[in-house]
Amino acid sequence: MKQAAIVANNLCLSFETNTGNIDALSNVSLEIEPGEFVSLIGPSGCGKTTFLRVVAALEAPTSGTVAVNGMSPDEARKARAYGYVFQAAGLYPWRTIAANVRLPLEVMGYRKSEWANRVGRVLELVDLQGFADRFPWQLSGGMQQRASIARALSFDAGILLMDEPFGALDEIVRDRLNEQLLRIWKNTEKTIGFVTHSIPEAVYLSTKIVVMSPRPGRIVDIIESPLPPERPLEIRDSPEFIAIAQRVRKGLREMHIE
Amino acid sequence: MRSLIPVAVVVAIIVSAWYAATVVMNAQWTRDQAARAGVEIGFSELVADTMDQKRPRLPAPHQVGAEIWNTTVEKKVTSKRSLVFHAWVTLSATLLGFAIGTGLGILLAFGIVHDRAMDMGVMPWAIASQTVPILAIAPMIIVVLFSIGISGLLPKAIISAYLSFFPVVVGMVAGFRSPDPLQLDLMKTYNASKAHIFWKLRVPASMPFLFASLKIGIAASLVGAIVGELPTGAVAGLGTRLLAGSYYGQTIQIWSALLTAAALAAALVGLIGLVQRTTLVRMGMHR
Repeated sequence: MKQAAIVANNLCLSFETNTGNIDALSNVSLEIEPGEFVSLIGPSGCGKTTFLRVVAALEAPTSGTVAVNGMSPDEARKARAYGYVFQAAGLYPWRTIAANVRLPLEVMGYRKSEWANRVGRVLELVDLQGFADRFPWQLSGGMQQRASIARALSFDAGILLMDEPFGALDEIVRDRLNEQLLRIWKNTEKTIGFVTHSIPEAVYLSTKIVVMSPRPGRIVDIIESPLPPERPLEIRDSPEFIAIAQRVRKGLREMHIE
Repeated sequence: MRSLIPVAVVVAIIVSAWYAATVVMNAQWTRDQAARAGVEIGFSELVADTMDQKRPRLPAPHQVGAEIWNTTVEKKVTSKRSLVFHAWVTLSATLLGFAIGTGLGILLAFGIVHDRAMDMGVMPWAIASQTVPILAIAPMIIVVLFSIGISGLLPKAIISAYLSFFPVVVGMVAGFRSPDPLQLDLMKTYNASKAHIFWKLRVPASMPFLFASLKIGIAASLVGAIVGELPTGAVAGLGTRLLAGSYYGQTIQIWSALLTAAALAAALVGLIGLVQRTTLVRMGMHR
């Protein structure tokens, strides 16, 4: 039997604030198989980002367990089991694009002889070949985000965690990046955990869609997508696509009525 | 070229205000002299005389300019009367003090950022150190060091370092802490060591802060070196020139030493600005 990439069991996390405790996660249980593309969707405050951060050991749960490749999140972090793409590109401004993409290789102790090869390969993957020697400020927001994805792909981690990576980009750029991301996912066979609050984005990209609701942050619906792995952008006009989108929307709406 | 005009205007305003002040401040002496000699003097003679006194209350700009010319270009650099010689004495103490102060400042900032006890323990003392008037402790430093056999350049440099470490500590603590949570989280996802986080994130992120601190620090160093020369019986340096000038009522000498010190400070700050520009351009942080 294949080992699950990420298993969460009754995960709870509450933050203490001045105005009392906030339940960011309440009894969240989820299983993600290797090679899956799982989207977490929900309004602000539903805990989708918090979940990703718990998986990445950037946040510690109050109760419940998470296993990443069979390890605790912190062990997985130390084993460098995942690459994380943040909401903002977060490129270091004093490093060129190539040097930014190289950063994890330097930190993780990859051999110098490998650097150029790996950087070249992932920059090609995100279509930034010609921009290796530019500084981040010379690139558009979409290009910066692509560079940050390349940075997360440059080392050998089986899991890619993405926290609203395209949230700040306009729709046209976002469409193109979605297509590109699907291609990268297919080429690299990574397991992807993807946080978004765009319904079309979630439905277009995912093999599994997790609908979440706020206060307390919990899962209200898990949808296994029936869409085929080959997904041209036009698939968004197909009846299957629209049906899934409706189910997601319904899940999102129900919690507002409660 | 366009930026030259406002600079020229400001300089012109300062120089004309200076000339006006020269007339006002020196007029009394001219009148007294005239009264003593029993002669009437007209306005134009009065003005001409105020700008040509031997020991004016306030020397005119051209008198200071002539004095600086005489004591730099016209004198051998090794002469005790050469301003270049005195400026060099002060400058060497300034540079040594600046190096000590900057090194100490960066070291303290490193400790403060990485160790909680140092964070709580060192900063209050660093602040307290700057509330003590430097003039009060400068002689003590000189005397204490002299009693253990240290004299010459080093005591002055220590006073200079005493003033210049502080802006570097404050600036570099802010600089080392300037990476945002996202940049730090990123390093955490790589399971980066503290050393990696320091060298690959905190140090480069602190560069703009470093240069801002260095500019303040070098000016403070110069002040420290001059103050170190004042109460201590130093035989050379710009501070000595200031002190000797005031003993003997040589206002022209005082002012030329002052202007030299100011020019020196401007040159040092300008030099750091140049290094700053080239460094930040190479780091892609200066557009």
